[in-house]
Amino acid sequence: MKIVVASGKGGTGKTTVAVNLALSLSECTLVDCDVEEPNCSLFLPINLKKIEDVVTRTPKFNLSKCTYCGQCADFCEFHAIAVIKSKNLLFYENLCHGCGGCELICPNGAISEGVRKIGEIHHGTMDNIDLFVGKLDVGEPMATPVIKKVKSFALKESNKPIIFDSPPGVACPAIEAMRGADFCILVTEPTPFGLHDLKLAVGVTKKLGIPCGVIVNREGIGDDRIDRYCAIEKIPILMKIKENREIAELYSKGIPFTSKLLEYRRMFLNLYKSIDKMISDSKRVDKS
Amino acid sequence: MKEITIISGKGGTGKTTITAAFASLAKNTVMADCDVDAPDLHIILDPMVKQRFPFYGMKVAIRDEAKCTQCGECRKRCKFDAIDERFNIIDDVCEGCGVCQLVCREKAIRLIDRISGSIIVSETRFGPFVHGELRIAEEASGKLVTLVRKKAKEVAMEKGRDLIIIDGPPGIGCPAIAAISGSNLVLAVTEPTVSGAHDLERVLSLTNHFGIETVVCINKSSINPDNTNKIREFCESRGLEVVGEIPYDNCVTKSMVAGMTLIEFTDCPIAKDVKNMWSRIQNRIEIEN
Repeated sequence: MKIVVASGKGGTGKTTVAVNLALSLSECTLVDCDVEEPNCSLFLPINLKKIEDVVTRTPKFNLSKCTYCGQCADFCEFHAIAVIKSKNLLFYENLCHGCGGCELICPNGAISEGVRKIGEIHHGTMDNIDLFVGKLDVGEPMATPVIKKVKSFALKESNKPIIFDSPPGVACPAIEAMRGADFCILVTEPTPFGLHDLKLAVGVTKKLGIPCGVIVNREGIGDDRIDRYCAIEKIPILMKIKENREIAELYSKGIPFTSKLLEYRRMFLNLYKSIDKMISDSKRVDKS
Repeated sequence: MKEITIISGKGGTGKTTITAAFASLAKNTVMADCDVDAPDLHIILDPMVKQRFPFYGMKVAIRDEAKCTQCGECRKRCKFDAIDERFNIIDDVCEGCGVCQLVCREKAIRLIDRISGSIIVSETRFGPFVHGELRIAEEASGKLVTLVRKKAKEVAMEKGRDLIIIDGPPGIGCPAIAAISGSNLVLAVTEPTVSGAHDLERVLSLTNHFGIETVVCINKSSINPDNTNKIREFCESRGLEVVGEIPYDNCVTKSMVAGMTLIEFTDCPIAKDVKNMWSRIQNRIEIEN
């Protein structure tokens, strides 16, 4: 089973939920897809080792063959190439999406395919938990290829449950992390910001056709607006984590709270079981 | 005209709460929300919308089935796996590069503009406000961030405002880069947690990479005083000014529920800390307002 933990709003507790769910299951694969700010490993005593560089395609220019005709620059939808006054070619690698169009359109064979490193994949194990982490190199804008890569490593693994920790937001990186999951846990907090961003995230799960449920974190700090929304939208509230100074302090030190508050371990196990049941029920409905 | 961008790396450290408080304190500004993925600043600023402009993000390819001979060249050449085995174009994977159009011998594919969101100009009780709204599951958020900033500059010119305060997105990727590039000052908001510290380091590498002057705010500083000290020492060792340490207080949530900034909300013990932080920022970028 593939579960993605997402949120819309940042800082609601995605990583906390993903890590504590993984620890409660004790046998699973955890995938840190928040490649801009990967944090899962801060909460687990795991030694990570780099297993692969993530590269993206990038054009290589052979200027001795270039006639500065400018066709590549005209073609590039991302404005990554500029040809100035027919004698100077500028390439902005951060804008390049690696589509290969310039290579195809160049009439002089002056452009070939090269690669450029944009991130790294790391891996480590702790008992029966496998952790895969994607890391975007600082200064690189495109997170999506790193997310794709780290997911592909995890999916090669055995048939253990897989938990994906998504980046915040509802744009390309979050969508890439969510795509293909059997279920999406949306973590939110009972505040106006929490609700607003939850609605956006629910919209994404609908568009991607992924069933979802909500975890309300820091229950008690705001009001009951999440409960009211979920009741109207018929979205199950899977769990509530009470606002608790001890949880916040453990978090600040990098200690997963289920290692101290043992009752939550059982709650996470029950959460997993109820998700498993929801998925098999919906598959049964699909078949009939 | 000057621009200050508030970012954090890690989400949920308090960027928007602090930005909204600055809206209360600053004069003669334009506010801009560049967290176009999950924009929240409008919830507090309560804008009266004046103008709405369509945002054209990346283009998208469309295929004319009648002309298509299913030769498969487009699928072979697409580097984004955006064309499925029946040669349908998967909209939300397509990056609009135009390679499929280029290689299609039957001219069955063309690129069209897609409206990916809006840029909205409003008036608020604190002055003009510009924000972006990305349609759900749309891409090109970096491009929208750039256009929101551009629009905010236009509004500032038009209204003679000399400062733009930008609420930035989390992360260090495309939208964050678009939100900080060319800013006069970045305020990096962190919290004294292991993830807050880790993400701050990456944010500081990013602003350093782009050569942007940066100051730091340690929010919720009372949650872990040891970590707060460590972050302060780390910043000092890098020659970075910590312009504010704001203790944790539940008036932050209460004011948000009330739709008010920390400065407007009465009985908010941390308001004075935010005010002090704002005056240090004013000194730092030499603005008088």
